[in-house]
Amino acid sequence: MSSSESEMTLPGDLAGAVKPTVAIRPTRGIATLHLRAVWEYRELLYFLVWRDVKVRYKQTALGVAWVILQPIVSMAIFSVLFGLLLQVPTGDVPYPVFAFAGLLPWNYFSSALNRSSMSVVNSAHLVTKVYFPRLVIPLAGALSSLVDLLVSFVVLVGVMIIFGVAPSLRVFVLPLLVLLAMVTATGFGLWLSALNVRYRDVNYLLPFLIQIWMYLTPVVYGSDLIPEQYRFLLSLNPMTGVVEGFRWALLGQGTTPLSGPLFAISVVIALGVLVSGAYFYRSTERFFADIV
Amino acid sequence: MSDVAIRVENLGKKYSIGAAKERHDTLRDALVHLLHNPLGRNGDADTIWALRDVSFEVNRGEVVGVIGRNGAGKSTLLKILSRITEPSEGLADLYGRVGSLLEVGTGFHPELTGRENIYLSGAILGMHKAEIDRRFDEIVAFAEIDKFLDTPVKRYSSGMYVRLAFAVAAHLEPEILLVDEVLAVGDAEFQKKCLGKMGDVAREGRTVLFVSHNMSAVQRLCSRCMLISSGKLIAFEPTAEVVHCYLSEGNSATSPLSWVNLSGANREGLQEARFVAAWYSSDEETVGCQPYSLGVLRFQLSIESNRAYSVSSFAVALCNMHGELLVNADVISLGRPLNFTEGSNTVSLEIEELYLNSGTYTVSLYMADRAGYTLDYIPYAFNIGVIEKPVAESFGVKPGKDGLIPCRFDVQLVSG
Repeated sequence: MSSSESEMTLPGDLAGAVKPTVAIRPTRGIATLHLRAVWEYRELLYFLVWRDVKVRYKQTALGVAWVILQPIVSMAIFSVLFGLLLQVPTGDVPYPVFAFAGLLPWNYFSSALNRSSMSVVNSAHLVTKVYFPRLVIPLAGALSSLVDLLVSFVVLVGVMIIFGVAPSLRVFVLPLLVLLAMVTATGFGLWLSALNVRYRDVNYLLPFLIQIWMYLTPVVYGSDLIPEQYRFLLSLNPMTGVVEGFRWALLGQGTTPLSGPLFAISVVIALGVLVSGAYFYRSTERFFADIV
Repeated sequence: MSDVAIRVENLGKKYSIGAAKERHDTLRDALVHLLHNPLGRNGDADTIWALRDVSFEVNRGEVVGVIGRNGAGKSTLLKILSRITEPSEGLADLYGRVGSLLEVGTGFHPELTGRENIYLSGAILGMHKAEIDRRFDEIVAFAEIDKFLDTPVKRYSSGMYVRLAFAVAAHLEPEILLVDEVLAVGDAEFQKKCLGKMGDVAREGRTVLFVSHNMSAVQRLCSRCMLISSGKLIAFEPTAEVVHCYLSEGNSATSPLSWVNLSGANREGLQEARFVAAWYSSDEETVGCQPYSLGVLRFQLSIESNRAYSVSSFAVALCNMHGELLVNADVISLGRPLNFTEGSNTVSLEIEELYLNSGTYTVSLYMADRAGYTLDYIPYAFNIGVIEKPVAESFGVKPGKDGLIPCRFDVQLVSG
């Protein structure tokens, strides 16, 4: 707690006076991000993530098995619906593998977005009782979903072995794609969690948003279904790049669905949302304790 | 270099009542509001100041009490200093690592075990993992829960839960500690332990700001005290004076040395003779004649009688705030009836040693004639505030003052 918030010096301060450890002033204008405070509280971030993971499957009969079951069941349903009945083209990859490779990053994204958007309201008891850099809360939400991603990754390896699909060296791109998904989820999570403090509409909006977003993202279909001239629209959605990138890296599908420039647009949009979200969050967080 | 630990200048916190009403408001409301009020400015009529123009300095190593009625702004002050909420104006500088304790068990998760919660709660309160590691055994010993360390805290009894929670908080080692009413929880034994720990903290030279309704705790621990009323800092003086000021303020207790008019009081009885006015004093000028534990308490009562009366029962009784009768000074036990003349009579009644701890007590007045007919009975005449007379310059825990009622006793080692 030795953080120093002395962002301004006071006209009234005596010259050479000792600098206060904590200087409390009303914020005027746009708040600074004050990332150093977040860094000082990195242990708290770790404990919050650890708590989320620990608590999530306590007192569930199946425990971590849920992480494995959910994507497998989704994969089965999508395989019947889109693979068997609608015959969605997937190149030379069996549909279940195709779907699973898309569901993996998507499930991570949707749970990270969901957790971080709800995080501040769910932590109302902390926000009103103790100080720590508030940015830690939605960050913990986005990070704690990574554990689920790791577990379901193991399942994916199993599925790929069963269907005899070999990965290429491109798998080393995966961490970067996960990072992009995390940036996107955190960015939107910052916006939505701050809005949720004041407008509980977010509670109702979020499930819709996630569902619609999934169908706008080539999770159950490939982006080559979209006519060439509209494909740039997909790049406005950073998750397109993530999902298609996952397939490209894991299944070695020859065609890169998003060309370099389009992928760059996705990255820029994701970063833009993250930075603007962080500033929006910081400027509203001073009211959290009063209205949450 | 000054020895100031906390400096507060013109601190103010404004709440918009509109916003308070629109808690959990919806986007639609906001849009409607925007249409009606496009500039987004609230009129000043919509805002209240929970705290305003508060300025003070607290020196390093000082233990300062903060008292005041509910809603006076005490908690708002603590929340601003804890950086939970931002002030609307003014500034506050804190020199030293700040720890705040606004409730017991901040950050506890019921599903996690005691061991896990020590780490989680510690981290939330601002401790580093290495620090928690180092003090882990101490925390467990203080909480007395070593057998249940790996049991989820939701299976704990409420006492165990509170002990563990306080143990974590007590081992936070801030240079400036902000505490709010945490001592209101737990049993008497545990409260004593907490007070002891707070005393230790004070002796170690750390600065403490202690918000409480518990006047005896405030008097025990704090050298100086702030009185906050309607968002303003009314007084910041030595504790005894401020506690006296608080207890004699408003309807909480009437002041000593001033006649209380009883003509409007609810009463029973024949009314042949009536209590008209009352006055009290401890005759101890250093505390403003405020009654204090084990001190003298003298009442003067003005009585109007319709005729000459011999009153065999004449009593001043004191009840605590729960209405339990604690003291009943009745002349019937002296066996000396009072003979009133027609018209005004004045009676002086003195309790030689007031066996009451600090707190607020209600006074009831009673008189009956020889036949036992009630002449006048006022069940609730007025309140008095009993304080603890300060022991010079010390704020350590005084032994033997934890019971509701002090008593005289002696002790001898009989064998060994």
